[in-house]
Order: sequence, then structure tokens, then C-alpha cells
Amino acid sequence: MTSSRLASGGRIDRRRTLDVTFDGVALDAHPGDTLASALLASGVRVTGHSVLLGRPRGIMAAGAEEPTGVVQIEKPFPEPMLTATTVEAIDGLAASSIYGQGRLADMAEWPGGDPHTYDAIHHHCEVVVVGAGPAGLSAALTAGRSGERVLLVDEQAQPGGSLLTRDETDWAADLVRELATLPNVLHLQRTTVTGYYDDNYLIAVQRLTSHDGADQAEDAVRERIWRIRSGRVVLATGAHERPIVFEGNDVPGVMLAESVRVYLQRYGVLAGEQVVLFTTHDDAYRVAGELMAVGAFVLVVDPRLPADQVPDPTPELSTGTVLIGSVVSATETGPDGALTAVQVTLPDGDVLRVPTDLLAVSGGWNPAVHLYSQAGGKLAFDPAVGSFIPAGARQRVIAVGAARGLRTTAEAVADGAAVGGETGLTGNTVVLPPADDLLAEFAPAAPLYLVSPDDSDPTTLTRHFVDVQRDVTVSDVVRATGAGLASVEHVKRYTTAGTAHDQGKTSSVLTTAVVAHVLGVEPGELGTTTYRPPYTPISFAALAGRERGELYDPVRTTGAHGWHVGHGAEFENVGQWKRPWFYPLPGEDMHAAVARECTAARTNVAFMDGSTLGKIDVQGPDAPAFLDMLYTNLMSSLKVGMIRYGVMCGPDGMVIDDGTVFRLSPRRFLVTTTTGNAAKILDWMEEWLQTEWPQLDVWCTSVTEQWATMALVGPRSRALLSAVAPGLATSDEDFPFMAWRDTSVAGLTARVARISFSGELAYEINVAWHDAEALWDAIWQIGAPIGLAPYGTEAMHVLRAEKGYPIIGQDTDGTITPQDLGMSWAVSKKKPDFIGKRSFARADNSRPDRKHLVGLLPEDDTLLLPEGAQIVQLSELPAPPVPMLGHVTSSYRSAVLGRTFALALLKGGRDRIGSRVYVVVDDEPQPVTVTGSVVFDPDGTRRDGDPAVESDPIIAPKLTGALPVSPLAGYCSAFATLSQVPGARVRIAESPLTTQVLLRVNRDSAAAGLVSAALGTDLPTSTGGVTYAGSDAVLALGPDEFLVLAGPGHAGELESRLWEALGDEPGAVTDVSSARTMLRISGRNARRMLSHGLAIDLHRLPESTCAQTLLAQCAVTVFSDGPEWTDDDLLKVLVRSSFAAHLAQWLLLTAPDYV
Amino acid sequence: MMLIDCPECGPRNENEFHYGGQAHVPYPADGGAHCTDEEWAQFLFYRDNPKGPFAERWLHSAGCRRWFNAIRDTATYEFLAIYRVGEPQPKISTTATGVTA
Repeated sequence: MTSSRLASGGRIDRRRTLDVTFDGVALDAHPGDTLASALLASGVRVTGHSVLLGRPRGIMAAGAEEPTGVVQIEKPFPEPMLTATTVEAIDGLAASSIYGQGRLADMAEWPGGDPHTYDAIHHHCEVVVVGAGPAGLSAALTAGRSGERVLLVDEQAQPGGSLLTRDETDWAADLVRELATLPNVLHLQRTTVTGYYDDNYLIAVQRLTSHDGADQAEDAVRERIWRIRSGRVVLATGAHERPIVFEGNDVPGVMLAESVRVYLQRYGVLAGEQVVLFTTHDDAYRVAGELMAVGAFVLVVDPRLPADQVPDPTPELSTGTVLIGSVVSATETGPDGALTAVQVTLPDGDVLRVPTDLLAVSGGWNPAVHLYSQAGGKLAFDPAVGSFIPAGARQRVIAVGAARGLRTTAEAVADGAAVGGETGLTGNTVVLPPADDLLAEFAPAAPLYLVSPDDSDPTTLTRHFVDVQRDVTVSDVVRATGAGLASVEHVKRYTTAGTAHDQGKTSSVLTTAVVAHVLGVEPGELGTTTYRPPYTPISFAALAGRERGELYDPVRTTGAHGWHVGHGAEFENVGQWKRPWFYPLPGEDMHAAVARECTAARTNVAFMDGSTLGKIDVQGPDAPAFLDMLYTNLMSSLKVGMIRYGVMCGPDGMVIDDGTVFRLSPRRFLVTTTTGNAAKILDWMEEWLQTEWPQLDVWCTSVTEQWATMALVGPRSRALLSAVAPGLATSDEDFPFMAWRDTSVAGLTARVARISFSGELAYEINVAWHDAEALWDAIWQIGAPIGLAPYGTEAMHVLRAEKGYPIIGQDTDGTITPQDLGMSWAVSKKKPDFIGKRSFARADNSRPDRKHLVGLLPEDDTLLLPEGAQIVQLSELPAPPVPMLGHVTSSYRSAVLGRTFALALLKGGRDRIGSRVYVVVDDEPQPVTVTGSVVFDPDGTRRDGDPAVESDPIIAPKLTGALPVSPLAGYCSAFATLSQVPGARVRIAESPLTTQVLLRVNRDSAAAGLVSAALGTDLPTSTGGVTYAGSDAVLALGPDEFLVLAGPGHAGELESRLWEALGDEPGAVTDVSSARTMLRISGRNARRMLSHGLAIDLHRLPESTCAQTLLAQCAVTVFSDGPEWTDDDLLKVLVRSSFAAHLAQWLLLTAPDYV
Repeated sequence: MMLIDCPECGPRNENEFHYGGQAHVPYPADGGAHCTDEEWAQFLFYRDNPKGPFAERWLHSAGCRRWFNAIRDTATYEFLAIYRVGEPQPKISTTATGVTA
């Protein structure tokens, strides 16, 4: 005899049969089944083997608490270790048993990984109700009627919770129907809250298509992560039935009693025909009654005695037998390892052997307090419940119904309805469901957790399982307590009890009880372990969502990216940037390409994209004094029109960045930073301005993406620049080294600087980001015939290293001073203070054996030293520890020297110049000669060009500036295709080349009044406010930061109008029209779609407001400029030009579901 | 994911912010010229690390880019007070029921 499907009953669709297999054998499965119910219906009792001991395991429960029915899913997509009780039966489902551990999909078979689509969404509400049983439905309905935003989530396929095992379901259906009429209520089934974090932030996983096979459809979202922020949280999570520990309590055929009832009532499955029901309380008697009603034989074993007022189980029990004062003390199994009989110990100590195929066990109920515990809530042991119940939390969370130990449906409904009672609505009640099926009067439960002979040595209880998934026995617990562990947290870590993927749902209270038993104390004295997320396992694919592949991390591209792609660049990731690495010609490897590119730069002319350099516009009357504090050298003495190199240190005197400073006017500078430090240095400046020196009138604005930067390098760069910038005087007298000029290059407005990062005659040409492609095309058109070569970051590194120019962060590591770099010349002796100055007086910073930046020339001039290799004194390695002198920081092959070379940080390096040290390569010390850090042209003779090469002028046609190209020009048609659907509920378009001018004035200053008059509108009075002047809009980004938006082409006029209004008042004006582009996202579903990537509450962003935040990992400004949630809703999203393509790709993946 | 109430932008997720360490550690007025090496080292490297209320600095880096100060309980992560740079540090008193601003 075994489990089987009954001829009728259950909530399954018997007219349809599903193709479901287990270990290759077809199962009896219908829509509405779980894999577990199909297994039991088909008589499968052994579903796998345990991890540690390899003992047979079967189905024990019917829900997420399942500890043993862990299976491998093979089809439609391999997933390891899912609980059979939570896998819904679908056509084509194939599963197999596992021996211990499951396995991930074979990447050879699934080369792209999981082929399904997963995504995430942010949700804000006033109340979230977890669980849609009697308490949860009542709570959601009463809260929902008050008009608050309510989210109701439930993990099951259908709402109703415990009511799903009853025939009468109208009550739940009525509540669900009313909930559906409330527009402020969102109700999600098949959605499990897996984590409860700080400030009522909850993570839930919604299973959208995996239950119906629709996830085979392309692009259908299979699972969605909900990121929920709620004012209050109502946990109506119910309770899990508690097993009892006895010998052999882990074998297939031992099940939880209420789960047996669930299989009977919901799936029409009889889990056994000869049933022993072992219960410590009255509730389980209805299981007996219902099993007998369908023809099963039931023997009830109840440890209570008549003195305990055991109820007369009639009239439900008509033919069963009740053995009172008795316990199940052991199980017996057959050849397959499944249950064949139990041993019942009678009150007199005699043992009765009862043949059986199903042992239904109930030791009472454990309130599902996991989320409450995750929220930081305290738990207290309630002897009446025999388990832990919620007992106070700092966060705004309450537990209702069975989750706080209530027992009957009527109590749960009233408890849930009280949630809405707080809203003050009159008549906000819920009718009770008819005819509760639990006894109103009942006898107290017996506190029984462990059945063992009174005189037994607990160390011998090696088949009494406390945690059946981790194979932890009473003996293991005793070993832990015997080792001196008295805390359940310590016992958990020692034994691993409660750490399996069921997170101790059935085992943790037992563990506490058994530890208490062994120590001779009450469970309440010990407490329980802290539950941690996730409540149920989450797949990595769901957590990754859309952020995989190309969208894993934003890819930033420069304005000339298309040109680089079109000219065969290989790219290198530099932070989030894609930078051209080198441009191989056909047949060239990297080494050959880099050598050719370097040669072009040293002998002819070459160009590269330097747009990723950080650029910061520093303005205000106190800007000179501010920069004097930030840089080690003097900046206030810099003349307008000139440029100075500068080094920045932390207060500890260590170099944090370097770059160039342009003086644009007496109160305005343009500062450049290294690519990787752009954001960090802007933050650094803001930190000092806001937290230390708020009295300084200085404003800093990132213009990294306002300006595209081309480095034009080599002896013929002057001739080429002259050809494309005929209005620019380029002689050394007119345009000396470290000067900048505003001019026109190839018909484009440009700022040209004479800066060199290679030692050669060189220029930096800056044009608007939008004009980058036009500049590259023009320079290439004129330069290609004379041998102009594009070069990438690798050649740049070789050229700069030959000149000993360090890269901060590569040749330094946060422990290096300017003096260590040989840059004492860049450290002012005159300034009374600058950041880092005091630290230079520390004794440690003047040690002679500090590490200095030096050059290394390997004696084998073909040997390329590995970067990071260690430097030692001797050719023979002594026994460890080997004294280390330093390490190689940069290492290249030099085309111009015809040999390899390196830069290194070397102890006392400058005193070792000319001497030999050794660099350890593959455990072999290799001899190298120490040199100064400048290995090429140490006298700087090439800075002003090479007369031998620079001769003939280059003839160029007069160039007219090509049209600007907006960052999303290439996405125009994709957006149009998406949006042109008639009645589209989401429409996307780029609003290219809008005028954007950033205005910095203190909100309450006289300057604010002056600029308001010039703008024709008041400035918004609070951050996030928007005011309008005709079609222009003023967005308040901060207390002293305002973005003025106008139609294309107004930047120049607007900028001068604002400058004029400001006069000498403190303030700043910066054109940032190219730095960002604007997307118009409109339509009724615009906000819903954006909430996949925007974490802010879009109900709190009404028309004519703005917010700076993150969208799909990109920093954006969102400007709400239409009536929210209507067809005319309009959100203008300003995104930095380099991030625009990433955002466009994300939108094109996310939006189609909402059109 | 903590919810941090930016004085300018309102409540935002933690990942929009950068932590700035202990508040009210001013840069010495003369740049430390008068400090002994030990005093200077204290300024550079030594910070409090209490369990419980702690005055610290935060930057709303993905929003208004403004620095502000907060008193946060390092044991519970609860923000007990948030105040702008330059405003006085609020008094926090420990009561029988917990900590209140």
C-alpha cells in the first residue's frame, strides 16, 4: 500500500493531464498540482538522499517549509535543489532525485546561461501585507478601504492560506473580489517575501511565468524581484507545523499531519492508507477525521492522558483507535528505505509494533516569525504555543493571526481586521467565515519535542534527527553542548542545524528544545537563533535581473566612440569607460600596432581621444584661494590664458591626483583630473567647500562630458593644427607651451591647449561633446594623407612612461608623496598652508629609504618585466623572508629606445641610480639598471617640435563645421518604432541638443534676485522645485544649484544674460548643454515602466517637480512635466552623455511590456 | 537598504549616499602648524567607533551632492537626527525605552 490519487476531490483540473517526469518516469500530474503532489499521487515515496549520511528522503511537508523533498529540475531549464512542494507542475517538467547536492546548468549546453528574462521593480506603499490567508486578507481589505496604498503578497498560487483546505471558499473569494475593486490595492500571488531589511525595505520574488510554461516565450519575464519600501508591515505569514524527534523520524513516509491534509483537500491525494497519526494537540484530530472519511485506516497516538482532558474525537473519528498516553518511539523501513511500521510506546512501557505506510506527525505549530526576526524584532517563548512568538520590534511591523500564535480562523480574521481599525473608518470590519473547523474549546497541547527512553544516553541518539536536511541528530547536539556550547547560536554554527536552504523552518525550534532538554532548562530561557534572509532560496538569475551581459554595469562611451569603432579600435575598460586601446592594421598584433602608433607620435603626428579625463569648472571670487589649498603648488599666480600642472595630496601628504589647471578668467579655472578620479575629486572639492570652508564663494561643476578632448601629438602636430585652425597663430611665441586659446577648429568652436603627455610638441583640442565626431572626421580627412595615426591608451602609456610621467593609482598606491615622485618642484615652500603640508614635516616622510619613482632598464633589453614584480638586492634569493626593495609599477617596450624599460618604486631609489638591482621574474632574479624616471629625451628638447620633421605646411580646404550629433542619434529610430504604436502607453524620444545652463547662486542671496529678474521667473524656493519662464524651465538641483533648460541653440545668449545679471555678485554660470542629453518618456505607463529602474516614489514626484537620483545605475535628473499617471504624463530624463547609450539600451528592453 | 532623509531631497535609498566618517572633526585652523606630530596623527588617523549614537557625515552623492550630518545608532542603524552642516549637533538622550533625539 502507498500514496495514491483519489477519484475525486482537490483543486486540480482532472480533465487535463500534464507531461511531468521524475527520474524518467511519467507522473500522474494535472494543472493545479505541485511536483510533490504529483509524486505522491504516483506513489513515489523516496525522492532523494540526504547530504551527509545519504539516507533516503521523501516528501515531508506541502509548502516552503519542506525540509526533505529537494529535487533537481532538468527541464525546461536545469535548476538545483528546489523543493518539490513549491514547484508547480507544468507540461514538459522533468525532475530527478538528487544524492545530496544538485547541479547548475551545464554551460556547454546553455552557453548563454539561463535563457529566461528576469527583472526588478521598485514599489512604495503605506502598508504591505505578507500572506493572503484569513488574517492577511482581512488586514489588506480593511487597510485598503481607508485609501492607503496597500500591497498584498502571498507565496501560493491562490489566495486563502489555510482556507484552501476547506470546501467552502466563498468567503475568501468575496474578500479578493472587493480588494480587486480598490485601485489603491495591489495584490500579488506567487510572490514570496524573502528578505526584510532596514527601514521597512522588503525584497519579494514574483514567479510570473514559470508555473504555466509561458516562460518559454521569448522575452516573457519569468521572475521579478520587488523592492518594496513600506510605511508599515503586516506579517500574516501563518505558522509551520512542528515535527517531533524520535528514532528514525527522517524516513520517507513520515510527514507533517496538516500537510497530509493539504494533499488530501487541495490535490485529491491520499498520502497513505494505513495511517498512524502522532499528535500532541487537538487540531490534528481533524486530519484523522478527514482521512477516515475517504477510507483510510487511522490510529491516533496521543501522549496526553485522561487527566489532560483529551477530547473525545467523535463524531469525526468513527472507526479509528486512539492510544492515549503513548508516543511513537521509532520507525521501521522496507528495502527501499521507506516506512513500513512504527513502534508505539504505551503508558505502561510496552512497545506496540504497528504496520503503516504513513506516519503523520504534529508537535504543534511554530509561528512563521522569520521575517519578524529579520526586521530586528524580538521573539519570546510562549508555553501555550510551545514555540516563539513576536515580542516587539523597533521597525513599524506587526504580526497577525497564526504568525503570532493565534489558533482559530475567527481569531485570525479579527486580528487582521484590526489593522484597518487603526485608520478610523467606521464600519470597517470583515465578516467572519462561516463555521470554523477548529474546536473552540480544546485541551492544552502536550509540550513534547523529543521522544527518547528516559534512561538513554543522549550521545547514542544518532538516528533522532533534529534537522533532517542537514542530518543533525540529538547526538550531534549533545556533542556541541558537551564542548561547552550553551547558546543556540553557537550550537547552530557547531552542528549546522538550521543552516540548510530551508533555513530551519521545521528544525530551529526543535534545536532549541533539544538543547534545553540536554541542559535541563526551559526552551524560553535559551531563546532562538536570529533568522536571516532569504526566507526561501532565490536564483542568482533573478537577483541579476536585467543587469547582466551588456547591462551588467553602465558602459560609458565618448562622443567619438562611433569613429573609434569605425576605425577598428580594440577597446580597453577603464573604470566604466570604453577607451580605444590600440588600432591594429590588418595582420598587426597589439605589440606591432602600439610600436607603430608610438613611432607616429614621435616622428610624425598621431591623435587620441582624451575625453574621459575629468574636467571640473571651478568658479567664484575665492577660486584662486581654494585651489591654492587643494594643490601643493601655487595656482593663484597663474595668468589668464595659461595652464599649470598640479598635484593634489590628502591631509596625510600622499598624492591622490594630478592634472592641469587652466585659468579662464580671474575668477574661473578649468581643472582636469585623471580619468578614474573624476567623480572622486569633484566630491573631494565639495567636501572641503561644504564642510570646512563654507565661507568661500566657490562653485564646482563637472564638465567632463561638456568637452570632448583630442590629443594631437607629434612634430607635425603644429602643421596639422594650423591647417584645420587657420585663425590660430601657432608659433612658439604666439602660442607657447602651457597656454590655451579659444579658436575655431574645422569650423567648430574649440579651446586648444598646448599640453604634452608625451614630451612631444602636442595640443589638446576641446570641442563640445556633440561635435566630437565632426572633429575626428575633419582631422582624419586632412591628416590621413600625411600619415596621421590614431593611437590608443597603450601607446599613450608607453609615451608617458618614456618621459617618466606617473599615473596616479598605477605608479602610486596612496603611500607616495610628491617628493617620492621626484616632484619637490611642485610643492610650494611659500604658501602658509595647503592640504598635505603639515604631513611633509613628519619624520617618516623624510626618511632616506622611502620609495622613489625611478626607471629600470633590464640588462636583457628584450625582457619585459611583469608589472607588480618585486625588486631585490641580490642575484641569489636568500632564505625567506626576502628583503623587498620595491616593485615594478609600469613596464613597456619602447619603440624609440628599441628596448624594454620600466618604472618602479624603489627604496632609496634616487640614490641607487646607476646601480644594479634584481627583479624577480618567475622566481629568477633578473639584473636591471636603475635610472632616472625619464628614459627618453631627459632634457625636453622635443617639447617645441623637431625642426627636421616639421617643415612643409599642410594644405587643407576650408572646413565648415559639420552638424552636431546628439548622444542618442543612433537610437532615434528604435525609439520611434516603439512609440508609434497607436495609443502607445509609453513613448520615448530623445530631445536632442537642448540648451542647459547651470546656475550657481545661494538661494537667498542678492545674486538670486538679480538672476531671477534676468530669467523672468523666480528661482524655485526648495530643492526639487521647478519654475517656468515661457518655455524655459528652472530646476532647483540643490540650495545653490539651478539648471536652466531652454530650446536648442540658446546657450550662448542665456549664459551671457546670466553673467551680466550676476555682475560682481558671487555666483557661477556654466554651459552644460553637451554634458547631458534629454529623454522624453511620456504616456500613461511612463512611471510604471520607469519604476523598474527608479527607486524613488514616483507618486511623490508631481507635475513641475524634479529629482536627481539613479535610473538603471545611471545618475539622472528626472523632471516631471506632465499630469502624472495620465496619457499626457511626461518625464524628462537628463542623463550624462557618456551614460546615454546604456540607458537607451535599458529602456528598449524594459519599455515594450508597457507600450 | 537604509532610507536616509536627505535635508534637501527627502528620503532616499542608502545607495545614493556616500559615508563620510565621524562628524565634527575640524581641519585645524592653521593647517596643523601648531600641532605636535602626535596631535596631527590624532587628527589624521584616529576616530571614535562607538556602539550606539554616533555623529557622522554623509554626502548625497547621487542627488543634490550636499554634505550633511546625522546621528545614527551604529547598533540598530537607526537615524536619530539629521542636520545640515553648520547647524549645532542635537542632544541625544538615552531613555529607559531607548534612544531619542
